[in-house]
Amino acid sequence: MEATPAAIEATGAATPSVVRLPPAQAVIGGITLARWRQLAIIACVIVALVIPFVVKNFFIFQLTLALVYALAILGLNLLTGFNGQFSLGHSAFYAIGAYTAAIMMDHWDVAYYWTLPVAGVVCLISGFLFGLPALRLEGIYLALATFALAIAAPQILKFSPLEHWTGGVQGIVVIKPDAPFGLPLSSDQWIYFFTLAVAAVLYVCAVNLVNSRTGRAMKAIRDNAIAAGAMGVNVSLYKSLTFGVSALYTGIAGALGAVVAGFVAPDSFTFTLSIQLFVGLVVGGVGSIPGTLFGGLFALFAPNVAESVSKGLAGAVYGVILILVIYVMPSGAAGLVRLIVSKLARSAR
Amino acid sequence: MNWELLLHQVLAGLATGGIYACIALAVVMIYQAIDHLNFAQGEMAMFSTFIAWQLMNWGCPYWVAFVLTIAISFVGGLAIERIVFKPIHDAPILSHIVVFIALFSILNSSAGWIWDYTIKDFPTPFGTRSLIGNGLISAHDGGMIGVTLVLLALLYLFFRHTRIGLAMRAAAANPESARLAGIRVGWMVALGWGMAAAIGAVAGMLIAPVVFLEPNMMIGILLYGFAAAVVGGLTSPGGAVIGGFAVGVIENVAGTFIPYFGRELKLTIALVLIVAVLLVKPSGLFGRSVVSRV
Repeated sequence: MEATPAAIEATGAATPSVVRLPPAQAVIGGITLARWRQLAIIACVIVALVIPFVVKNFFIFQLTLALVYALAILGLNLLTGFNGQFSLGHSAFYAIGAYTAAIMMDHWDVAYYWTLPVAGVVCLISGFLFGLPALRLEGIYLALATFALAIAAPQILKFSPLEHWTGGVQGIVVIKPDAPFGLPLSSDQWIYFFTLAVAAVLYVCAVNLVNSRTGRAMKAIRDNAIAAGAMGVNVSLYKSLTFGVSALYTGIAGALGAVVAGFVAPDSFTFTLSIQLFVGLVVGGVGSIPGTLFGGLFALFAPNVAESVSKGLAGAVYGVILILVIYVMPSGAAGLVRLIVSKLARSAR
Repeated sequence: MNWELLLHQVLAGLATGGIYACIALAVVMIYQAIDHLNFAQGEMAMFSTFIAWQLMNWGCPYWVAFVLTIAISFVGGLAIERIVFKPIHDAPILSHIVVFIALFSILNSSAGWIWDYTIKDFPTPFGTRSLIGNGLISAHDGGMIGVTLVLLALLYLFFRHTRIGLAMRAAAANPESARLAGIRVGWMVALGWGMAAAIGAVAGMLIAPVVFLEPNMMIGILLYGFAAAVVGGLTSPGGAVIGGFAVGVIENVAGTFIPYFGRELKLTIALVLIVAVLLVKPSGLFGRSVVSRV
C-alpha cells in the first residue's frame, strides 16, 4: 500500500472544518512525513502478518470479521466520504453479497473464492441501478430512500416464494474452508489470511481510485456538484457509478462475511448492521481510507467491550463510549491523527 | 373490489395513522428547531412515557401525571442539549448523528434496566368504547387524533405568531444571521430540544395504551414517523400529519389488497411507495424546495 500518502492528504477537505495535513516533506523528529507514513504502513503489515500466530483462534475469527467490516465501511466511505452521498442502506448490499456467495456455494458447489467476483458484480449492478433514482434525492431524503432498502432487505430474504433459494428465516449454512495445499494453518488462520489478501488488493484499488481522474471527479461532486458539472464532469454518471462501486466493496465484504461466519440468515442483515457500518465510518473518519480499518475494529469490538463492562446496561455503556469518542475526536480517528501530526510538524519547525 | 373491506381497512389505517402522525409531528418540530433528524426522538418519548407510568404508579391522577411528565420531559430535553450537544456544536453533522445513535442506545438500555422489559398497561383518558365502525376506530383513537390536531394548531400559532417562535425559526434557518440580529441561537436550539421532548412525551403517552409500554415500543413507530414526516415534507408540520395518516392507510390497504405478497411485504410496499413519491416530489408532498445561491 505504497500509494497511501496522497490519499490521506486529498481527503483533508472531507469537511470544511477539518485540519489539513502538512505537506509530505514536513519533518517530525528528523524524519519526513512521507517516511513516517511508509514506516507506519510497514508496521501495520508486519503486525497483521504476525498476529494470527500469537493469539487464540476465536480472536483470529474476530479480527477477520473486523477486517470484513472495515471493507464494508470502505465501500460506504467511497460513497459518503468521497462523493458526499449518504446511505443507511448498505446492510442491503452486504446482504446481497453474502447471499450471492452462500447460494452459489450451497446450490452449485462453487468454490468460495469464485463467489467473491460474482458477488461484487451483482452488487455493482444493483448499486448502480439503485444509484439512478437516488440521483434525484439529497441529504435526508436520500437517507430515507436507502433506509427503505435496509428495511426491505431482510423481509425480502424471508419472503416465502424465495425460500427455495434463500432458506427463509433459517438462512443457509456454509461450510468453512480449510487451508489448501496442506499448509499448516488452522481454518480460522487460513480464512484470516485469505481475507487479508483480498482486503489488501481492494484497499490498493481504492487508494488508486480516489487519486485518479475519476476520484477527482467524485470529490469535485462532493464539494460542489454544480461547479463540477460546469467543469464538464458528468455528475449523474459519476454519482451512480460511485454508488455501484461502493456497493461492490460492501458486497464483496458481505461474501467474505458469509465465508467467515459460516452461515447467512435474514436477521443478520437488518438496519442495525447499517447503523454499525455508519458508526464505524464516522469513528474512523469520513473521507479517510486508513480510518476505515479503525472503524472496522471499533464496529466489532466496542459492543463487546460494553457487554463486558455491564450485561444489563450494555447499550448504555456503548452509548457513553460513543459519546466520549466523539468528544475526543469529533472528526474521527483520522481527524485526530491529522491534528496531532500537524501540531507536531508545527512545533518541529 | 370489496368496498366494505376497503372502507374497514381505510378506517383501521387512519387509527394507526394517528400514531404515526403524532410522532411525525414531533420529528418535524425538532427538525425545524435544530435542522437534523433526531434518531433518539422515539426513545426520548418512550422514556417520558415510563416516567408518566411511574408517577401514576406512585398514585398521581392521570392528568397531573400528564402535565408533570410534559414538564419533566421539557427540562430533560433542554438538559440533553446543554450537556451532550453544546460541547460538540461545531463537529461535523455525521458526528452529531452518531451521538443521536448513542443517545438512542443509552435511553433504550437504561429504560430496560430501570423498568425491565415486561410489557406494561398504560391507561387512556378517553375510554376504549367503539366510536366508528365496530371497534375499528375506538374512542381512544379519536381522542389521539384530536389531540394531534390541537397540538398542530397550537404549534402553528406558536411558530407563526409569537416572537420566540420566529426567533427559533430564524436560528434554525440561518444561525449566523440570527446571531447578528441578536437572537441567542444556542438557547433557541436548547428550547427546540425541550419542546421536541415535550411533544414526544405527549405522543408517547397517547400511543402507549395502543401498543403497550415497553422499552422497544417506539422503534417501529419511529421508522413510520420518519417516513411520514419525510413524505409530507420536513418543513411542513401539516404535511407530516397528513403523511402519517397516508402511511397508515397505505400500509393497511396494501397489506389486504395486493395479492400474493401484500401481507408479507406490506412494510416494504409502504416504503417503496414513499420512495416513489419522493422521486416525483423530492422535497416531500408539502415541503418547500430549498433554492440556494451558487
